[in-house]
Amino acid sequence: MSEPTITQDTVARIAPMFRLQWEEAQDCHVLLYPEGMVKLSASAGEILKRIDGKTSLGALIAALKVQFPGVPLDQDVTHFVETAYGQGWLRSVPNE
Amino acid sequence: MAKVGYAPSPMSKPLWLLAELTYRCPLQCPYCSNPLEIAQYKDELTTEQWISVLQQARRMGAAQLGFSGGEPLVRPDLEILIAEARRLGYYSNLITSGVGMDEARVAAFKEAGLDHIQISFQASDEDLNNYLGGSASFEHKYAMARVVKKYEYPMVLNIVIHRQNIDQIEDIIKMTIDLKADYVELASTQYYGWSKLNAAGLLPTREQLARAERIAHEYQDRMKGQMKILYVVPDYYENRPKACMNGWGSVFLTIAPDGSALPCHAARQLPGFTFPNVKTQSIESIWNDSDAFNRFRGDDWMQEPCRSCPEKGKDFGGCRCQAFMLTGDATQADPVCDKSPHHASLVTEVARMTAVSLAEVRAQPLVFRNLKNSRALSAKPTA
Repeated sequence: MSEPTITQDTVARIAPMFRLQWEEAQDCHVLLYPEGMVKLSASAGEILKRIDGKTSLGALIAALKVQFPGVPLDQDVTHFVETAYGQGWLRSVPNE
Repeated sequence: MAKVGYAPSPMSKPLWLLAELTYRCPLQCPYCSNPLEIAQYKDELTTEQWISVLQQARRMGAAQLGFSGGEPLVRPDLEILIAEARRLGYYSNLITSGVGMDEARVAAFKEAGLDHIQISFQASDEDLNNYLGGSASFEHKYAMARVVKKYEYPMVLNIVIHRQNIDQIEDIIKMTIDLKADYVELASTQYYGWSKLNAAGLLPTREQLARAERIAHEYQDRMKGQMKILYVVPDYYENRPKACMNGWGSVFLTIAPDGSALPCHAARQLPGFTFPNVKTQSIESIWNDSDAFNRFRGDDWMQEPCRSCPEKGKDFGGCRCQAFMLTGDATQADPVCDKSPHHASLVTEVARMTAVSLAEVRAQPLVFRNLKNSRALSAKPTA
């Protein structure tokens, strides 16, 4: 798959290969996939749980800014989303 | 009371639950990972007992669940167990030959919340596939793999690689591309149980291996981003052992069809063990307190060269079953390791087994995994 260009308008969903859930025993969000599990950092969990196939990256960053005021997170979030695409965790939802 | 400088390590959790629902199987693969003694274990846990196993392990933190066997599809309650697994929050994997599957069942599993299906093929060539499986299953497997993708499951195809199919590796990979697998496991036979019995007929030569590895790597590059290809070399050709089960009693919990709890599915062959059973003991006490699960935790059990080895935290001395099979002592270093005093004799044995031609190998009959052969093997006096 070709690496899509991430913009503020990008709308992503979790790729069908993966399932995101909160794991009480691990005290973190995890991505589950065939015979494997990725443990996510707190910030990665906060980002991925907002990826719902409807919210644009710009809106997602705005929502995070409301929750974590004063934290300069634009670049970090965009960078993480790019990484997540690289790992195959995300798919873009075509724009209407 | 905690001593100064002493931090008790938190007890590990059984993250991976392998539920071997049954040893019954319509196939007879001569490298089956089930024990040779399958005929002795007719007893299977009931639906209610399996549900209790799923609930207990989930409470302890298990997240990955494999429904395996034998052939798990022979259990008519599989749909019920899948639904319970989904309700509990497991990621559930169905590990199947595809025999006994039909579209209605694939749809019912989806409805029940199954996450992933892994189908095994024995070869890409119909005749060889059917010969190795001891059953005319190829066309059906092919059709079922299409159905699995039709229902949008992530699909893993697993092909056990050995001397008699390794030269067809390119055809095998092309088959998996045609079937649109998401993930392909080209898993070399490891030598336990049935495959140990048939090792001389299965162990590839070093030349075969080098060629197969080159082709696998070629396709890994070519398919990047579309399909992941995992290629596993036979342990016997390695110089360092695998971190078997990620360490004994570390993350893996196998429940055998009769309810025996095992730190790995091959552990049953180890002497001097009484494996606990979920019918009489809770999973929590099995995992935390049983002798069987504690025996090879940590490194107190190790001998030299493992005990003072700087790599012991990485590979945990390798595989306990392999150590037992090749040295007669499960506390030895896995002889795959070139630091093991038994490594040289393993290398000699590998050279001896692979010195014969493929034609000669094919002329030797394989011992197929079935109840008749299991009974005959059990009847033999042990050395």
